[in-house]
Amino acid sequence: MKPVRSNSSPLTGRCFPWFSIFFLLVCAFINQTLLGAQIQSPVDISLGDRALRFLQMRDYSVRIVAVGSILIGISCGMMGSFVVTRRLSLFGDTLSHAVLPGIAIGFLWVEAKDNLALLIGASMAGFLGVACVTLLKKFSKVRQDSALGLVLSGFYAIGICILTRIQKMEFGNQAGLDTYLFGQVSSLSESDLWGICISLALIVLFMTSNHRELLVSGFDLEFSKSMGLPSEAIQYAMWGLLAFCVISSLQVIGVILASALLIIPAASASLLAKRMSTYILVSALLGAIAGFVGAFLSFLGQRIPTGPLIVVVATTFFLLILFLRPSQGIIVNWLQSRRQSRQIEMENMLKAIYQVMEKQEFSEPAVRMEEVTRRRGVGKDSRAKEIESLIDSGYVSRSYEKNKFAKLPHEQFISLTPKGWENACRIVRNHRLWELYLTNEARYAADHVHEDAEKIEHVLGEETVRKIERLLSNPKKDPHGKLIPSLVDVRKGWLPEFPLNKNE
Amino acid sequence: MRNSQKPIEIHDLTVSYQKKPVLYGIDLEVEKGSLVGIIGPNGAGKSTLLKTIMNMIKPNGGYVRIFGHPPKKGISCIGYVPQRESVDWDFPVTVMDVVLMGRYGKLNWFQRIRKADRKIASECLEKVGMLHLADRQIGNLSGGQQQRVFLARALAQESQLYIMDEPFSGVDAVTEKTIVLMLKEMKKMGKTLLIVHHDLSSAKEYFDYLLLLNMRKVAYGTIQDVFSHDLLQKTYGGRLTILSEMASQTAGNREIEKEAYSTSE
Repeated sequence: MKPVRSNSSPLTGRCFPWFSIFFLLVCAFINQTLLGAQIQSPVDISLGDRALRFLQMRDYSVRIVAVGSILIGISCGMMGSFVVTRRLSLFGDTLSHAVLPGIAIGFLWVEAKDNLALLIGASMAGFLGVACVTLLKKFSKVRQDSALGLVLSGFYAIGICILTRIQKMEFGNQAGLDTYLFGQVSSLSESDLWGICISLALIVLFMTSNHRELLVSGFDLEFSKSMGLPSEAIQYAMWGLLAFCVISSLQVIGVILASALLIIPAASASLLAKRMSTYILVSALLGAIAGFVGAFLSFLGQRIPTGPLIVVVATTFFLLILFLRPSQGIIVNWLQSRRQSRQIEMENMLKAIYQVMEKQEFSEPAVRMEEVTRRRGVGKDSRAKEIESLIDSGYVSRSYEKNKFAKLPHEQFISLTPKGWENACRIVRNHRLWELYLTNEARYAADHVHEDAEKIEHVLGEETVRKIERLLSNPKKDPHGKLIPSLVDVRKGWLPEFPLNKNE
Repeated sequence: MRNSQKPIEIHDLTVSYQKKPVLYGIDLEVEKGSLVGIIGPNGAGKSTLLKTIMNMIKPNGGYVRIFGHPPKKGISCIGYVPQRESVDWDFPVTVMDVVLMGRYGKLNWFQRIRKADRKIASECLEKVGMLHLADRQIGNLSGGQQQRVFLARALAQESQLYIMDEPFSGVDAVTEKTIVLMLKEMKKMGKTLLIVHHDLSSAKEYFDYLLLLNMRKVAYGTIQDVFSHDLLQKTYGGRLTILSEMASQTAGNREIEKEAYSTSE
């Protein structure tokens, strides 16, 4: 076996020469079985030390790794916000897979991992891939998504074939080409970093100088054409930049998952941002965090490829945002709907109490709890619980009364507090008003209105109530002949005339 | 002089779209300050006509002049309201952002949006009664509101010639009224309006001129002249089957087209 070229890993030159030779021999062995590239540092450092070493950033290599992964996160996040808003996700995926044969051929060409050769090869392959998609779309019946899938898998397969061949060759063993499959941040060199910087600079320049054109052509392509904006040129420029961005980030994230860093941060941003500028900002920020944390974890875990780690981190962020975002997060929604259904239950219970009182012609302030629960039906226990919560929130008060037949246990009585009375009146009024509105204005049959009113009563606002009252000229009775509690009833309260706890 | 020229002048325009002929030998001259409704059945080439005027589709024959200029140059004096369905409403822009897009044509590359532009955009939003929703994300609007935002954006373009693709489709009554009022007002200001419309019954009250289109120009003239049973029957009735068949064969056939061009020049 020939002595190994020392440029396969950026740091080997800085270690002791004897160790570096030994290390590379080990790597050559491990490479056969494990994916992921060579780690430059001695293996026997504890996890805490490694974490400290990374976070203190004293090593040159660690700094490169950290800066590189953050910059890649930013550029992919920015680019991704355009990819996602323009529905080009699959396009990004295709592009990243299509460059693989280019990388392999570039390597064959110079027989070493020369960045420039790889870049040229990757760009050519990427260009060829895009051209294939465009041509397929133009000259065949194959639809866009099929064309993308076709090019993606076709190019990728070719790439894998050549790559496997290279691995079997003499010079190919230590090439570290498999870093391109899953990404290995520790193989990042200074020249890689330059490439990343340049691509980020180009992206920023392009976006700041064309942000209006990008905005309008992304939102409304026809309109941008009608203004004579060069939307096609912008589209091609964007494809070019996208290719550049993907290629420069391949070493960190790998061919297979490259598009994830384009899509996931931007998709997370789409949950939060309502304007493009915030969208880009959030997406870039999330990308940067995902890149950094992923690189950190990869550094800790020695041989775990970086790409999957970055994607796992980004996905975690996405899920967190999906569940926790303030306005429409799943958890917030769930809490809201729970609160609402509680409210509705309580209102229904108050209504039931009112109806029982009404049945007794308001002769007594307190009603038998049993009667109320019977009226509400279903599950005595849960009803009792609802009453408990009504008592807790001060709508209802409870009293006990000796049973007339003395030997039976105490019976529970409940009565409405002024606050409870007001709310009960409101709900009953809403219900009956709505019934009346449906029969009189919307020409419903009287026996069709109850069910609808059961729903509407909980959402009818005061303003609408006023409107309906005016429309029906302050009605007194509902279609079933029952009295509608008036505003006076609601305000006056009914209870003060009857001392509340008269039984105690 | 731009203004002495007719806003739109179309001569013998033939357009085919993905090898299907859509327009055939159209001649049209629109006077300044006219409110024109374009009417025809589905697939009659209404949208294609608009897109050809705006240089989005290249014609196979004939020409379009906008204020005497070819479309590529004349496009700068056109304000456009595209079909509402053609847009991605989930895009992260606010109502104000969209209306400001109408001002982009007035700005140079790299120039920032000026205060005056914002003022004009606010005024246009006010006119369509949408100013209170200026910060709303565009996806959170009703269909009618979205259409009004489009109208405000067109107003912000401050153009001489307006082209609208079905602005009345799927809007509520309030919006429809707003749009009609805006159209009349714009006409009073001497602007020329070209509007694709699908509802025959309202066409009569909305427009001054009608263009009846079905692959061919069936008729063009004032409402009184054109809105007749015969002509409408001709527009919506049977297609010109032989013409469309033959045109299908020649359209997209490069050899025949090349021949035709070389002989006509």
